[in-house]
Amino acid sequence: MTSTIAYIIIGISVLFIIGIKLLASPKTARIGNLVAAAGMLIALLTLHKPTGEYVWSQDWNFNYTLIVIGAVVGLIIGAVGAYSVKMTSMPQMVALFNGVGGGAAALVASLEFSKPDHSITTFIAISMLFATLIGSLSFSGSVIAFLKLEGKFEKPYTFSGQNILNGLILLVILGLCSWLAFNTSDGTTPTAFIVMFSLALFFGVAMVMPIGGADMPVVISLLNSFTGLAVAADGFAINNLAMVVAGTLVGSSGTLLTLLMCQAMNRPVSNVLFGAFGSAGNAGASGTGDLAGKSVKSIQADEVALLLAYAQQVVIVPGYGMAVAQAQHQVCELSEELAERGVEVRFAIHPVAGRMPGHMNVLLAEANVPYEQLCEMEAINPTMGRVDVCLVIGANDVVNPAAREDKSSPIYGMPIIDADHAKTVIVMKRSMAAGFAGIENHLFYKDNTRMLFGDAKASLNALVTQVKAS
Amino acid sequence: MDSNTPNIIFIFVLAIFVGIEVISKVPSMLHTPLMSGTNAIHGIILFGGILVLTDASTPLTQALGFIAVVFGSANVFGGFMVTDRMLQMFKKKKK
Repeated sequence: MTSTIAYIIIGISVLFIIGIKLLASPKTARIGNLVAAAGMLIALLTLHKPTGEYVWSQDWNFNYTLIVIGAVVGLIIGAVGAYSVKMTSMPQMVALFNGVGGGAAALVASLEFSKPDHSITTFIAISMLFATLIGSLSFSGSVIAFLKLEGKFEKPYTFSGQNILNGLILLVILGLCSWLAFNTSDGTTPTAFIVMFSLALFFGVAMVMPIGGADMPVVISLLNSFTGLAVAADGFAINNLAMVVAGTLVGSSGTLLTLLMCQAMNRPVSNVLFGAFGSAGNAGASGTGDLAGKSVKSIQADEVALLLAYAQQVVIVPGYGMAVAQAQHQVCELSEELAERGVEVRFAIHPVAGRMPGHMNVLLAEANVPYEQLCEMEAINPTMGRVDVCLVIGANDVVNPAAREDKSSPIYGMPIIDADHAKTVIVMKRSMAAGFAGIENHLFYKDNTRMLFGDAKASLNALVTQVKAS
Repeated sequence: MDSNTPNIIFIFVLAIFVGIEVISKVPSMLHTPLMSGTNAIHGIILFGGILVLTDASTPLTQALGFIAVVFGSANVFGGFMVTDRMLQMFKKKKK
């Protein structure tokens, strides 16, 4: 490697690091994304082969035509996906882009590994096998995560002995990998490699299938960091330092992000991955007993409008229901209307509200709610006692006091927004169906809670009109 | 293990710590854009795809390399665009 290429790679790495750093603050996030993209563009323009030749100055042949066609096809797929997807489906799109990245990482490693005419060190062989294993696992896992978020087989798919079976598959994969690592030039290698590849694909499916749709954000974040590590391993394999740095940055920051998300739900990662939480069967049963005999009190929109219009402090708790009803613009309109009347409106965002951390923020930002109004759970909980009206729009598990009160509840211990501490709680909900975790919500049965049934969008429109009139 | 390997591992280890350090104080509202942004960065695998495809010599390796380029390209371009689309909404309200 000549020193010029080395300096370029240092520059690219710095752009990636600054990009991620800027992404972590609301004011600079967009610039951060562009900085990282600029790093990527420079990397593309200065791409060199491991042997040191400049890629774009080589003799043009059919392979280059394929590269251009492939890159353009990918660009079109990416652009159409990115710009046509609804804001509510953003998480799915991230899952999909992550999946194809993992697939690419697996293919690159496989092609390098199966090159006939080269001898590789054991270290390089292990890198390639690692990238193949993790990349293909990430590919199939992401596809399943995508389908789950799309509403296909959302429920966890479990059977007894599943963890043992998955463990056995993993053992076979690892066995094959270690055998392959030391037998790179053996005649039987291709068969073993293809078996390993297929098993890794299958393992991705088997790993994600038993996890409920509500936990997909954690899964996607984890698979995202997996893909990063696979890319880093590919970087080792083809001796490309930019790939090592970029992949490792994603791998380590993604792992930390995954842990932060689990922390927000007060559950260890192992519980998310192997706990098969949210399986309706056992979860639905607990927590219902002590609610027997209690009933919910419903309320009409005009009454809610009065409560809101003459309140001093209002907190709005959005959840996935708001996203489904596409009601973020109505929510914003209502909050603007209330603010004009001198009501202090804040939004309480639970770290795992919606289907992805930050999902609600993205939606509300789309509807032009200033992000200063969006409060995190820790900031808003101590002030809940002074709040006149807490408006829960399509959120469920994240405001369920069972997490505080009911030791038998599967969500016991999860930090929640203390909506029930407000003087009046209005829950906007389509029906009495249970939330994603499949458990009854004690909040609905509290004395200070009123239920406003109906489609969130329609109810909010009614509220806006009524508030204007009162 | 050739003489270059320790250097690469050194960079790898440092990058782990940098990756953890840069996002250690991220507010939860930015988790999704951050995940999406880092997702785009691992789209650098596109270049891995390009490099293997330049060396491809059989129809099978060309086909697989082509798929790798399509996948990588979708990952990198789609990733940055979807992140930008998310983030362009995080602007201050016009007064």
